[in-house]
Amino acid sequence: MSALRRFLGIQNDETEDVAGADRPEPGVQVEVQHLSKSFGPKPVLRNLDLTVERGETFVIFGPSGCGKSVLLKHIAGLLQPDSGRILIDGEEVSDGNGPARRFRMAMVFQSSALFNSLSVGENVGLWLKEHRRASAADIRRIVAEKLSLVGLAGSEDTMPSALSGGMKKRVSIARALAIAPNLILYDEPTAGLDPVLTEQIGHVIADLKRLRITSLVVTHDLNLAAAVADRMGMISEGQLIEVGTPAQVWATKNPTVRAFLKTQTKVPVS
Amino acid sequence: MNLLTTRTERLLQGLGEGVELLLQSVFWFRSVPRSLDKIQNHLLEFGNATLPIASLAALFIGGVLALQTGSRLAAYGLEGTIGGIVGLSMIKELGPVMTALIVAGRVGSAIAAEIGAMNVYEEIDALKTLDINPVRYLVMPRLVAALIAMPALCMYVDVVGLVGGAVVSAVNPKISVSIHQFVLNFQELVKFSDVMDSVIKSVVFGIAVSITCCYIGLKTTGGPEEIGRAVTRAVVLSFMFIFVLNYLITRALM
Repeated sequence: MSALRRFLGIQNDETEDVAGADRPEPGVQVEVQHLSKSFGPKPVLRNLDLTVERGETFVIFGPSGCGKSVLLKHIAGLLQPDSGRILIDGEEVSDGNGPARRFRMAMVFQSSALFNSLSVGENVGLWLKEHRRASAADIRRIVAEKLSLVGLAGSEDTMPSALSGGMKKRVSIARALAIAPNLILYDEPTAGLDPVLTEQIGHVIADLKRLRITSLVVTHDLNLAAAVADRMGMISEGQLIEVGTPAQVWATKNPTVRAFLKTQTKVPVS
Repeated sequence: MNLLTTRTERLLQGLGEGVELLLQSVFWFRSVPRSLDKIQNHLLEFGNATLPIASLAALFIGGVLALQTGSRLAAYGLEGTIGGIVGLSMIKELGPVMTALIVAGRVGSAIAAEIGAMNVYEEIDALKTLDINPVRYLVMPRLVAALIAMPALCMYVDVVGLVGGAVVSAVNPKISVSIHQFVLNFQELVKFSDVMDSVIKSVVFGIAVSITCCYIGLKTTGGPEEIGRAVTRAVVLSFMFIFVLNYLITRALM
């Protein structure tokens, strides 16, 4: 059966789930080693190295088109690298065989990527239903709990088309949390939102840090970065050019980083 | 010459990927028991979208068939064979082809639009990050629904077409063949194997339409304009496959 699966290029979605079993910490370590990717003649990522520790919230920032989202999609297994590899808790995920099940990973997309034909409750409970992880009653309970966590209690029957941009983002975060993930990837979680909604999303991500899940946040919003990051790194021209705590990054002498930081009018870093 | 080579390469690549998608969908048939709710929803879509237009088309095509052939046959005193001629035409050719064309236009276009929009708005990527195989979740239930719905719809279209033909044969003064005579001649000329040919054709057309439209949807990238183009491409390609496969199956079953 596995030979037939490989021949047909089918990624399994029915393997035994061992995520969380005997795991000392909910978070995982992410290692990106010498990652390179080009689209046509244009190199997007160039020999990029990055390590995110267990339970850490790491923010990747940089100008638009610098390769932030491409890096995140590689970690999520949605893109395959031209060279280099990605290890999650020592397990290679960039070999094209799909995500292994030693850990659970969830992604919050820039566009929210909610399933428009499903209600909010069905969106949040989809993973549990499709992987048969809980009974119908338990799924309802978990969905209500996760929606409550993002401030959307009682919205199970609402359709995504009736939600605002900020609400969609929060549903997307609730959907990610329903997996009980070891790693959450956020792709521009505040893009296109007004300052009030941006602050709400920032609070949600900051609140989730107490769960000790490893989080990778891609953003060009430095206010959000400063509010949630344990460490942060700047990508420029496909390479990670600065890594450190928010205070270290703001104190950098790197002219490219300083030029980018200058574009921000209000940076709440003490 | 280069353009021709490129297009041929693209066509062959598309055919290969389409066959791969079909095989992957067949692999996931083992997940049918836990996809029954989705299959049921798609079956309802097939019925809701197709039945009204298929009924109207079948009734009038059966009627026109009887009108065109009946008056000519009557000139030679052969109007008694109208039941068999209308029956064979509907069951062996018009029923399966017309059903497939209507399904491609009504259901296939909706499949390509829905899956194409899901791809454009990153919903397919979201499925992948949730470890839900898009072929199992999106393609397999639609293929199973097509395999059940197409023969059923085809039989329905055949029967409605025959009713149209029988009524026109009875009421048209130039033909004047009673419904009883029509049915007797139908029973005499149409064999069970002819009905099976119709079922085989409708099953193959169902596979071709559902896989083609799902494949085009899964390959859609870009923005809303691309979704519109994908729908047109899916319907045109489905029509082409229906015509080509119809000839090939007819030849193979002769």
